[in-house]
Amino acid sequence: MKSLAELQKIKERALQRKRLGGQNARARIIVGMGTCGIAAGARDTMTAILKELEQRHIEDVIVTQTGCIGLCEYEPIVQVQVGSEELVTYGKIDTARVPELITKHIQGGEPVAEWIVK
Amino acid sequence: MTYRAQVLVGSAGEKAPAVEQALLGKIKELHLDQEIQVLEASTLGHPEQPVEIAVYPDGVHYVNVTPADAEVIVTEHLYKGRPVEPLRYREPQVEPLPAPSTKEVRVVLRNVGKIDPENIDDYIAEDGYQALAKVLTEMKPEEVIAEMKASGLRGRGGAGFPTWLKWQFARNSPGDEKYVVCNGDEGDPGAFMNRRVLEGDPHAVIEGMIIAAYVIGAHQGYFYVRAEYPIAIRTLRVAIKQAREYGLLGKDIFGSGFDFDLEVRMGAGAFVCGEETALMRSIEGERGMPTTRPPFPAVSGLWGKPTNINNVETYANVPQIIMRGGQWFASMGTEKSKGTKTFAIAGKVKRTGLIEVPLGITVREVVYDVGGGILDDKKFKAVQTGGPMGGCIPEQFLDLPVDYETLASVGSIMGSGGFVVMDEDTCMVDIARFFMEFVQDESCGKCTPCRVGTRRMLEILTDITEGRGQPGDIERLEKLGEYIKKGSLCGLGQGAPNPVLSTIKFFREEYEAHINDKKCPAKVCRALIEYTIEAEECIGCTRCARNCPVDAITGKAREPHVIDPTVCIRCGICQQVCPVGAVHVE
Ligand SMILES: Cc1cc2nc3c(=O)[nH]c(=O)nc-3n(C[C@H](O)[C@H](O)[C@H](O)COP(=O)(O)O)c2cc1C
Ligand code: SF4
Ligand code: SF4
Repeated sequence: MKSLAELQKIKERALQRKRLGGQNARARIIVGMGTCGIAAGARDTMTAILKELEQRHIEDVIVTQTGCIGLCEYEPIVQVQVGSEELVTYGKIDTARVPELITKHIQGGEPVAEWIVK
Repeated sequence: MTYRAQVLVGSAGEKAPAVEQALLGKIKELHLDQEIQVLEASTLGHPEQPVEIAVYPDGVHYVNVTPADAEVIVTEHLYKGRPVEPLRYREPQVEPLPAPSTKEVRVVLRNVGKIDPENIDDYIAEDGYQALAKVLTEMKPEEVIAEMKASGLRGRGGAGFPTWLKWQFARNSPGDEKYVVCNGDEGDPGAFMNRRVLEGDPHAVIEGMIIAAYVIGAHQGYFYVRAEYPIAIRTLRVAIKQAREYGLLGKDIFGSGFDFDLEVRMGAGAFVCGEETALMRSIEGERGMPTTRPPFPAVSGLWGKPTNINNVETYANVPQIIMRGGQWFASMGTEKSKGTKTFAIAGKVKRTGLIEVPLGITVREVVYDVGGGILDDKKFKAVQTGGPMGGCIPEQFLDLPVDYETLASVGSIMGSGGFVVMDEDTCMVDIARFFMEFVQDESCGKCTPCRVGTRRMLEILTDITEGRGQPGDIERLEKLGEYIKKGSLCGLGQGAPNPVLSTIKFFREEYEAHINDKKCPAKVCRALIEYTIEAEECIGCTRCARNCPVDAITGKAREPHVIDPTVCIRCGICQQVCPVGAVHVE
């Protein structure tokens, strides 16, 4: 990095990628992968989500990770955003809950009310 | 005929006929057979937990029902109309949280839980590394120090030393080989604020460190992170690698001619290694034992060179202070304690976890607004702040502001942000003993008062909680505490007596009850309590006897049960399982 201009370029590129990703993707799934999440099984949850999407041939959903959002008791925490709707935060999403989550919220567009923590 | 209620018996499970028999027998005995209908069902949804009973129209399900339980359900639920809570089945579900408190403010945690920590572009998209660019291309080190001074930022690792002043000392120390160190040892039990920042937004800490390095003139820096944080260490390593690839670490950063690089060192988890001088010995490969100050690290630190050491959270604040200005930062907080602070709220509150609040918030706001209040709506007793070297703050100080000076004025400390809330069921002597056990174990042994004194204090506290307390013990603890504080080299020994001294100060009567009356008012200390069954309340359901791990309970079905105190280990399980609350503790 030799100049501020170079940093700005990376920033623009990153922002644009985000915007484009937002346009092309039907939804975003964010899995909390801090120590608290991983201890509660977030890795398995992440694997299950990827597997489930692949099996159903859903390719326009972006899956990313993030750190701890401060509700460690409710890990694994999964956040789902469909289109430009509000981000929904789910608690205790173990592998058993993944298929239903994807069926109802990603494919059906309806959040699963009982699992929402925030 | 219309029935008032229907009881369904799920027939999955061999014992279903026996349960049904018991139900019918008891219903008949209480002359309820005209009001209540018993029906057989194949399964009621939980075949893995036979035998299941469902009571309608109430919709209450009981699982793992035995014939004896069935009788209790008839007498309690069907006859008296009170569902038997301990036997009741509840769908495991996520309890919705109360709306997040508006009192939280995110500065340090602004990106944590939002960005992907393993993707540097995510950080850059959130204006990451803009502060560094500004510092390296537009600001002189003195200007950075002035901005830091205006912000009023003080160290978040415990002592609260003004960060700008620390940087200035290191900058003014002569020498061209200098170091910056980030203290990520985070040894307080129950504290994980720093881990969260390292795992969730590592570049903010890295950016803060590079700025500090530029100010003091260092070209090499070290992260010291405990080995128990493998994910934080991995995230940091990924972040450092990505920063190197972008040339944000390495040679000639932003074309300014400034070179800087970073390495991660792992600590083996000794608590004392969080103390700055011990930490630096540990990085050098020596045994992590504190050394006398002065000389301070700013003069003679790593390998005897001028070194600036700050906490993770301290560094994470720096980029934002540069971007938004020292004045903006100083607009939050109190006169002497500026900005925000992260805390790990633990203990008996509804919302435990990690929070960030402006300094100066009252203890009450943290407990009741951010923490959601005391669990089960019990009574607040005290809060322990500052970790094992902190003190307990009782109810009368609920409205005190949380800042460095105020906490110190009531015998506690800010520390790194531990915040353990205790309710009426907490024994203060037991809590003091817990922390003393921790520091006694972690004392490095260099100073006699700390090594021997903490052991002696622990022995006295153990005696008190086990019913061997003597008159004069409280005074002995106070005297020992003062000696240890005065005669110890580092903060561990100097702070070790705090939990004991502050609980003696505010809860002396609890110590006295243990010593003089051999009673634990909170009913925690096992040697001082006894479980008994009230014969008149007991319905002889046999549940307690079946659940007692040491078979201390005897009695025939339908007759009052008795606990043998010589066998009882005071685990309290009988009290939890008794459906009618007949087990009492004294
Ligand atoms: C026994 C002991 C343990 C400590 N543990 C830590 C720790 O885990 N993390 C930390 O940042 N500071 C810890 N400190 C404080 C450090 O010695 C030092 O004050 C701090 O790292 C300075 O950074 P700051 O000015 O940013 O707070 C500890 C101090 C003592 C006496
Ligand atoms: S006070 Fe205790 S921990 Fe600190 S140097 Fe002395 S013996 Fe070691
Ligand atoms: S004391 Fe034991 S036997 Fe008596 S009602 Fe309670 S659990 Fe049943």
